[in-house]
Amino acid sequence: MTKLLEVKGLHAGYGQTKVLHGIDFSIDEGSVTTLLGANGAGKTTTLRALCGMIRRSGDILLSGEQINRKQTEDIVRVGVAHVPDGRGTFTRQTVEENLQLGAMARSDKAGIAQDLELVFSYFPILKERRTQQAGLLSGGEQQMLAVGRALMLRPKLMLLDEPSFGLAPMITREIFEIFRELNRKEKVSMLVVEQNAQIALELADQAYLLETGRIVFSGRADDIRDDENLRKAYLGY
Amino acid sequence: MELFVQQVIAGISTGSIYACVALAIVMIYVAIGHLNFAQGEMAMFSTFIAWQLITWGVPYWVAFFLTIAISFVAGIVIERVIFKPLDNAPILSHVVMFIALLTIITSAAGFIWDFSIKTFPSPFGSAPLFGSSLISAHQAGMMVVTLILLLALFFFFRYTRVGLALRASADNPVSARLVGIRVSWMIALGWGLATAIGAVAGMMVAPVVFLEPNMMLGILTYGFAGAVLGGLSSPGGAVLGGFIVGVVENLAGTFIPVIGGELKLTIALCIIILVLVLKPGGLFGRATIQRV
Repeated sequence: MTKLLEVKGLHAGYGQTKVLHGIDFSIDEGSVTTLLGANGAGKTTTLRALCGMIRRSGDILLSGEQINRKQTEDIVRVGVAHVPDGRGTFTRQTVEENLQLGAMARSDKAGIAQDLELVFSYFPILKERRTQQAGLLSGGEQQMLAVGRALMLRPKLMLLDEPSFGLAPMITREIFEIFRELNRKEKVSMLVVEQNAQIALELADQAYLLETGRIVFSGRADDIRDDENLRKAYLGY
Repeated sequence: MELFVQQVIAGISTGSIYACVALAIVMIYVAIGHLNFAQGEMAMFSTFIAWQLITWGVPYWVAFFLTIAISFVAGIVIERVIFKPLDNAPILSHVVMFIALLTIITSAAGFIWDFSIKTFPSPFGSAPLFGSSLISAHQAGMMVVTLILLLALFFFFRYTRVGLALRASADNPVSARLVGIRVSWMIALGWGLATAIGAVAGMMVAPVVFLEPNMMLGILTYGFAGAVLGGLSSPGGAVLGGFIVGVVENLAGTFIPVIGGELKLTIALCIIILVLVLKPGGLFGRATIQRV
């Protein structure tokens, strides 16, 4: 299988504090990869480093092209959509404007209009609330909006930062179902960062375990799910 | 009664000056999230540029639009050169820079064009409108210009992609970068627009108050009052606020004997304080609703 994203020796941190100590991982074209780990393991930091939101060093290859020197705004333009932690809602704009903003890096009007309908077909609630101020949406709806916003880019790769955070289990399940559908039907590759290992492993093809800035295990998601010792040691279930 | 109507109309016409200035204040507030204290002086400098062009024989409207263009570029340059390096510095650093800018621009204008009062032409003439003594052609013209400006801004923010990008950058800069908006250029664009609007305000005000380096000092206070009253985030509110301040100031000056002509400026300050105490969001400012 061809590699969509290849990361080699990625170091990153905040100011003097180093968080990632040279991690390697890759994402296959069309697959869902999950990055698991406890609080403070460096999951969110990894996503931020990929998007150039913090200082980083190491190789980041997207379809073979080096993107480790690109600015955040330009990484979007090569097809990487980031659904940040906290969901990144534009609270004072309407739901529809939030979605339009997701397509800021595109200029094909017809395609954008088409994708707006596509997002509404996956998340009908957003269509109902299209004229509402986005800050008024519930947590789950804002998460849907964030995913919808990322879809509006028609991305090659979607980075999802703890999509289950703060959501009721039922809503989480519903959203992960939609991720699966998006991956199959829209051929979006995904990198999912999660604390809820159980649900992430159900969705993912490939998994990496991160501990204090180092990758301690990698393998097929199924294998990790079936390995009781590993689960107990790192994932706590 | 006749005196009352007369004063209201006179108030509306001075109000249009404040409305114009308030609009420029709101523009910068929307773009950068705080007020630019040098705004009035920047507008004054733009007006001097227009005056210079006209003195050199450039036709009024050519000078008018040329000045707007120059101011737009100058606003962007000021942001790039002075404020971009400050970037994430605390707000106080910005305030200090605003004040520095204010004094520098005032002195520069005085140095180049000296401090003597100059007359500035009006494109609408100063004859009374329709022969009535209540409102002059210039004041009517100024109102029309303010309203056109307001409409243009409304359409820009509501219906264009750049307008949306600008709003988004102010709303959530981190998220804006993640969807590919060049936030730092959006801030520069906000500066350019605010400076251009300030230039229009300056050129509209100058025929009334005469041109000199300190001409915007009092007017800016009224403009702030209008913007605060209308709500700092609402262009329409700021314009209405400007008109209300004009009317209130005029009525109070006429009918409350203690106030008279000298204490008029105090009214603007009283309005600012009253609004901030009673309704901090202003009349039309967005009360940001947020789920926690």
